Amino acid sequence: MAEGENEVRWDGLCSRDSTTRETALENIRQTILRKTEYLRSLKETPHRPSDRISNSESSDGLNKLLAHLLMLSKRCPFKDVREKSEFILKSIQELGIRIPRPLGQGPSRFIPEKEILQVGSEDAQMHALFADSFAALGRLDNITLVMVFHPQYLESFLKTQHYLLQMDGPLPLHYRHYIGIMAAARHQCSYLVNLHVNDFLHVGGDPKWLNGLENAPQKLQNLGELNKVLAHRPWLITKEHIEGLLKAEEHSWSLAELVHAVVLLTHYHSLASFTFGCGISPEIHCDGGHTFRPPSVSNYCICDITNGNHSVDEMQVNSAENVSVSDSFFEVEALMEKMRQLQECRDEEEASQEEMASRFEIEKRESMFVFSSDDEEFTPARDVSRHFEDTSYGYKDFSRHGMHVPTFRVQDYCWEDHGYSLVNRLYPDVGQLIDEKFHIAYNLTYNTMAMHKDVDTSMLRRAIWNYIHCMFGIRYDDYDYGEINQLLDRSFKVYIKTVVCTPEKVTKRMYDSFWRQFKHSEKVHVNLLLIEARMQAELLYALRAITRYMT
Amino acid sequence: MEKMSRVTTALGGSVLTGRTMHCHLDAPANAISVCRDAAQVVVAGRSIFKIYAIEEEQFVEKLNLRVGRKPSLNLSCADVVWHQMDENLLATAATNGVVVTWNLGRPSRNKQDQLFTEHKRTVNKVCFHPTEAHVLLSGSQDGFMKCFDLRRKDSVSTFSGQSESVRDVQFSIRDYFTFASTFENGNVQLWDIRRPDRCERMFTAHNGPVFCCDWHPEDRGWLATGGRDKMVKVWDMTTHRAKEMHCVQTIASVARVKWRPECRHHLATCSMMVDHNIYVWDVRRPFVPAAMFEEHRDVTTGIAWRHPHDPSFLLSGSKDSSLCQHLFRDASQPVERANPEGLCYGLFGDLAFAAKESLVAAESGRKPYTGDRRHPIFFKRKLDPAEPFAGLASSALSVFETEPGGGAMRWFVDTAERYALAGRPLAELCDHNAKVARELGRNQVAQTWTMLRTIYCSPGLLPTANLSHSMGKGGSCGLQLMNSFNLKDMAPGLGSETRLDRSKGDARSDTVLLDSSATLITNEDNEETEGSDVPADYLLGDVEGEDDELYLLDPEHTHPEEPECVLLQEAFPLRHEIVDTPPGPEHLQDKADSPHVSGSEADVASLAPVDSSFSLLSVSHALYDSRLPPDFFSVLVRDMLHFYAEQGDVQMAVSVLIVLGERVRKDIDEQTQEHWYTSYIDLLQRFRLWNVSNEVVKLSTSRAVSCLNQASTTLHVNCSHCKRPMSSRGWVCDRCHRCASMCAVCHHVVKGLFVWCQGCSHGGHLQHIMKWLEGSSHCPAGCGHLCEYS
Repeated sequence: MAEGENEVRWDGLCSRDSTTRETALENIRQTILRKTEYLRSLKETPHRPSDRISNSESSDGLNKLLAHLLMLSKRCPFKDVREKSEFILKSIQELGIRIPRPLGQGPSRFIPEKEILQVGSEDAQMHALFADSFAALGRLDNITLVMVFHPQYLESFLKTQHYLLQMDGPLPLHYRHYIGIMAAARHQCSYLVNLHVNDFLHVGGDPKWLNGLENAPQKLQNLGELNKVLAHRPWLITKEHIEGLLKAEEHSWSLAELVHAVVLLTHYHSLASFTFGCGISPEIHCDGGHTFRPPSVSNYCICDITNGNHSVDEMQVNSAENVSVSDSFFEVEALMEKMRQLQECRDEEEASQEEMASRFEIEKRESMFVFSSDDEEFTPARDVSRHFEDTSYGYKDFSRHGMHVPTFRVQDYCWEDHGYSLVNRLYPDVGQLIDEKFHIAYNLTYNTMAMHKDVDTSMLRRAIWNYIHCMFGIRYDDYDYGEINQLLDRSFKVYIKTVVCTPEKVTKRMYDSFWRQFKHSEKVHVNLLLIEARMQAELLYALRAITRYMT
Repeated sequence: MEKMSRVTTALGGSVLTGRTMHCHLDAPANAISVCRDAAQVVVAGRSIFKIYAIEEEQFVEKLNLRVGRKPSLNLSCADVVWHQMDENLLATAATNGVVVTWNLGRPSRNKQDQLFTEHKRTVNKVCFHPTEAHVLLSGSQDGFMKCFDLRRKDSVSTFSGQSESVRDVQFSIRDYFTFASTFENGNVQLWDIRRPDRCERMFTAHNGPVFCCDWHPEDRGWLATGGRDKMVKVWDMTTHRAKEMHCVQTIASVARVKWRPECRHHLATCSMMVDHNIYVWDVRRPFVPAAMFEEHRDVTTGIAWRHPHDPSFLLSGSKDSSLCQHLFRDASQPVERANPEGLCYGLFGDLAFAAKESLVAAESGRKPYTGDRRHPIFFKRKLDPAEPFAGLASSALSVFETEPGGGAMRWFVDTAERYALAGRPLAELCDHNAKVARELGRNQVAQTWTMLRTIYCSPGLLPTANLSHSMGKGGSCGLQLMNSFNLKDMAPGLGSETRLDRSKGDARSDTVLLDSSATLITNEDNEETEGSDVPADYLLGDVEGEDDELYLLDPEHTHPEEPECVLLQEAFPLRHEIVDTPPGPEHLQDKADSPHVSGSEADVASLAPVDSSFSLLSVSHALYDSRLPPDFFSVLVRDMLHFYAEQGDVQMAVSVLIVLGERVRKDIDEQTQEHWYTSYIDLLQRFRLWNVSNEVVKLSTSRAVSCLNQASTTLHVNCSHCKRPMSSRGWVCDRCHRCASMCAVCHHVVKGLFVWCQGCSHGGHLQHIMKWLEGSSHCPAGCGHLCEYS
């Protein structure tokens, strides 16, 4: 049996033309049938040792196909494909082959599946987004399904991501995915790593590189240091880092490539934050997203265990919730009351200059004590850890480390004036895209807070944004950091800090324990603010270093 | 600085002297402003706030306004402005949103005067009223502009920018009450200071933030704006709608813009990022800066002309912690380095060529080009006495035109007129069009038509000839022959296979020369294999230079005595190779590994016959290969149409679309179809092929196109007696109640088609007039005019 005939081409399914999809599906069906036949014939004949290997290999291949089909049956925006894939699976099952079923509870472990939009019930705008996303990537990932709470943002996000990964740019395609893997691996985000390993191989990347950074070209290895610093302590980036990358003889980066890489790194660092912050489940077709075991065996999946987050945990939280419903009701009320007060008394009570300056310092210092109590060391899954070195290097509080790093003042180097111009100059159009994304994320509001309508949430959003920047040592001259203390309570700060700085430590308990009365869509909204603020903070430091290098 | 030139200018008694010089500041500057007397400059930044005296040889620090032990954010300045009426009055905008005024006349060390803490976010700009002593305006990130009266403790009025951040505010120099503000979303607003409720005018000036604006010192209503989109635009605000008059494209986002005094069209700019130079532009010459100052090592943050009536001194502050005085005569002039030569091809094959006038003038007998409908690449500029360096880089332009009306587009007109698009069976249409194309020497197109016929005309219509034919043609003499071949035998295509096997290329030595008798042999040959569904003969139709002969490639097959079974056995495995191997002789190798691509070769005359015969062969092969319905080819045909349209031959695309009708329409999306139709119709109309264009409109299925024919079909007529427009009916005038259009032959009212002579304006029923003119050439009305009917 020729290998070429067994190659399954999924790309036909991404077409908007239903007949093309149908032919593609038909081809897939036939390939799968052929494979099953082949397997069955193997089983019937007595095994020779060499056969066994090829047997397990080809059954592996078949399982992959089936898993992909399962994903399609659940997550394809086109109805015909969903139905047909399910039909194929059923018919395979009738042939006596074990078929997979999805694990976990939908796209996110934190958000109940029923809260999340089901594929197929989206409105026209969302459908267009889904179709675009599917056409570009050949899948509809869980991130998209969670972000679709905010379609306006999602559109901008997908556009940017598509441009970064697939459109014109100085870096070759496989480099882009590899950089994505490097960035996600810094946070041990196996979800993103898995996705991009597939994409990396799909665009023709060398599988050897996946064995670890030391197998990748020297040029990418050089980027490792920047990746590390950028992910955990961006304030330490200096123009020497940049110089080191740009002047490395034959392995040197060009400025345009570097900007592209930096944008990719920051994008995936913050996306890793989102993945953990919203508890994104593994993709159905990836490892850990499906199982071939019959459903009765166990009712929780491996990933839940590894995150210290099994059903017992959930029950505790549920009971806690029941007790404190009235509590949390007051939580919202109190928050709104505080916002109102701040709005009113702002003009009356004027803090002195020293007072204002010290408030920033206080907030900065306090942010370092804000940490989840369970500080146990987390050991990353093996397959992820090989993508990055120096596992011990992590976030260290901006204000705790020994040497004095001057505060970054936004008024001297801000995204709108400086960062944008630099990015757009070196990597045309991306500046515009990211700028739009920042704008949408920062200005996104539905004027609601939990059950209240017509609330001006700008103050709250600004507090969250500035708090994140504060953790990175970025200061706004025109902001009173006392507001943060008023508006963000401790459990919320813990969540923010964990998501932004050490996303791999986020647990469902943290997610559940802040803003208990708020809707899931609002919590996702918070996450969008977090990741965009984080991305901007990292970008600002990196771009400032590049600017300094250039002058 | 090395350049030691000095400039002395007499200005109303005061004399400005100085040279290009710079001094080091302790910290990066954010803004600078000049005192009215042109002898002092204030520099403000995050951690600097000083006044320097501008002396002849150097800057001398005169006053440090940053006093007090603790650094305060109130002193971290984003902007500074010096009052143009009062030498003692300054205002600063702080990054924390405070507006501070300073009175230099205060006896104490601390000159701080008033503090306005009304803005919630960073104040980006402050501006004093040009003539009023106490009016100060501020614009802030929080989206508000505030007007302060310095005699009062708080603002007089607040202007809301609808929560868009304000980047710049500037009082108009000419209009007492007007000020302009620019916003982060690209808008510019004009306000009347007396009406804080709403702006007078608003328009979008830039894409992205507008960082700065400046009113022209003399021309009332001229406003220059600079934005992140790297543009400087000059607007005329005197008209009803703000009109963009000039646009200068710079290489980086524009941070500041300042009109140059005494030079009506000059302005200075500096950029926000990346580019450290200061440019002076002549707005009428937006591509090359008039002057360039390259002193700074980091971005320039503030620029100011030293004196409002002196065009030669420019001051600048920069992030590199230096303050500079630039002398215009020391500026480098990029114009000098510009290359005034240029060469460009026009759309219609014209060649334009520009060179320095001196060079062109030396060549006798050629006059510089003096303008026509197309823009020259370089202008021969009119000398402007106000311009110090006019003509420095002027060039003369010559344009070489191709002969107008040359054969270039002849084929288009001919094709359009002669194509048949409807009204006959598809096969006939294709044949006809193929013939037309061939006669016009467009062999590729002709071949396409033949292929279409092959694909879409079902084999049942014509007797299936299970014969394989190879066609060869060389010169034009062969074309006709080939044509008949196609029509009669080739078209069904089924069962005919032509084997092109390059691996057998070495067998060429024993190929048999085929002439017409050889064709016969092949035919017989084929009859032997007729029964099998694998007719296998290995023929290559080809052109070998001037030979005009056919080669039989397969050595085995050339011997008729070869047993059939051999053929059958061999036919199968060999067939796969057809797909991959480029067919035929070596000179075709690099062409076309798929039928489509081969069809897409440009129809260069010498290659065309070879090419097209090949594509035909491939298609017939494909047809044979799987006996697919015409639907199978729709993708191919679609690609082909796209290809033609992309190549600019939209005529072909539309013609095929019409001829094939439903067969392909569904494969091409509506919008593309519509686009093709409209392009083709537009082209036809440009060539005044009204009839063809109407036919195309009629035949089109796209709703948007076919309704073109139904729009503005009304013809307004005036009564022939009273000369008033006839409103309700076309034949009776409402006013004079007379029938307007009488038939000159039958003298009845004409209600349907009315034809009239354009010479004498008599006419009548179409039928009557036609009949009349058959017999007589004179007007039926008896006016004596010799009418013509065509």
